[in-house]
Amino acid sequence: MRRGKGLKFVGDSRVIDKETRDKIPKDYSEYPGRTEAFWPNFLLKEWLVGSVFLIGFLCLVAAAPSPLEQQADPNNAAYIPLPDWYFLFLYELLKYNYASNDYIVIGTMVIPGLAFGALLLAPFLDKGPERRLTRRPIASSLMLLAVASVIWLTYESVASTDWEARAEYSVTNEAPQLEVDTSDPGYEVYQANCLSCHGDALQGNAPVGPPLVEITYEPEAIKEIAINGIGEMPAGLFQGTDEELDLLAEFIYSTVNQGEGGASETGDDTEE
Amino acid sequence: MISKIYDWIDERLDITPMWRDIADHEVPEHVNPAHHFSAFVYCFGGLTFFVVVIQVLSGMFLTMYYVPDIENAFQSVKYLQSQVAHGQLVRGMHHWGASVVIVMIFLHTLRVFFQGAYKKPRELNWVVGVLLFFCILGLGFTGYLLPWDNKAFFATQVGLEIAESIPFIGTEIKTLLAGDPEIVGAQTLTRFFAIHVFFLPAALFVLMAIHFIMIRRQGISGPL
Repeated sequence: MRRGKGLKFVGDSRVIDKETRDKIPKDYSEYPGRTEAFWPNFLLKEWLVGSVFLIGFLCLVAAAPSPLEQQADPNNAAYIPLPDWYFLFLYELLKYNYASNDYIVIGTMVIPGLAFGALLLAPFLDKGPERRLTRRPIASSLMLLAVASVIWLTYESVASTDWEARAEYSVTNEAPQLEVDTSDPGYEVYQANCLSCHGDALQGNAPVGPPLVEITYEPEAIKEIAINGIGEMPAGLFQGTDEELDLLAEFIYSTVNQGEGGASETGDDTEE
Repeated sequence: MISKIYDWIDERLDITPMWRDIADHEVPEHVNPAHHFSAFVYCFGGLTFFVVVIQVLSGMFLTMYYVPDIENAFQSVKYLQSQVAHGQLVRGMHHWGASVVIVMIFLHTLRVFFQGAYKKPRELNWVVGVLLFFCILGLGFTGYLLPWDNKAFFATQVGLEIAESIPFIGTEIKTLLAGDPEIVGAQTLTRFFAIHVFFLPAALFVLMAIHFIMIRRQGISGPL
């Protein structure tokens, strides 16, 4: 960088202009206005502001535990994806007709590309010397428009999301984990007929299938439900022989009720 | 004692000029909220840096428990969240910090834009700042997948489909990020982990260093 091209800076600039290049740097008192030494005076104030900010931040963290949903299940076809809030505006943009399907490139590339490209190159698009926003109406109105659209799209996306339904996905609503004997012949039948809705460990698959871990049915009732359905579960989902149905009912019954038989035995063992 | 150590090092390395460059400068009146309360808008950049420091520290502690593998990633996060002492607090700081840093960098960007502070001679610093913004968004996107819960998995799938829609090189970009043109799986998780923990932070630190060196050289823009 060549120095002394007539650049003028305000404040604490370290770029020296021609006149002062070979002289001793100016005393602090030479700068206009009431300046303050960064070290230690101003830094102390910054530290105070930072501490207050940190306390507020920790209050937020303590008041709102970070969310965690159930473990990723690529087979969960009913799950409605939702990005983090700061990408909601892009996600919402893709719902518009001219930004989706055949025009998806407009939604994913053209509009965001133009917006972020213009942001990146703002100093080269808005080259005038004026700094006040009223004196550069094109730049400031475009920026206001962009900010308003981002806020609007985010608002639209938040308003159209069913947050109560999403809370169902939380790991805190997850059914207790059961030990599943995958070598059981009934598990194969379960895999073929039930797993897609009730999960690989009977834990359910929100929102299509409820967990089976706490059902209280006898094997006969389980067979009945597998064939005729119950509630929102339609009839005819089970497709197999009667022997397979017996294996399935026995497998589900024994897996769900393993706690009662097993727990007391192990309890005795540990006491002795 | 401390001054003796300082003198010992200074005698050999001449560190006083470095100290001057970092700390020995004046804060102009127009950016000092003690003089003009409206100058609090100048705090957003510093707060962004502060939250980035929180993110780096909390992230370092998270990697002491996190396992970047599809079998164990979710279990390790769940364990950290429910069993480890203060694990929920550390994960909470990283989770909410990600949101707060976006808010702060957004406000900082608006402050610089609406004050016209990116005008000559500070064009380059604006460009570096926007690159930092992209870096932070990339960190948010890649970090979202790491807990390997349903939210993470399906949001990433959508994100990768968006990358795929780029004409001509879309599939290549998706393969680069996900490790496979079709599957979002084990490879995707390790790649996102690598990008989130090594590649993007490295870029972030370099860009931040350039950003700060340029601020120190050029000074804060003058009052409007």
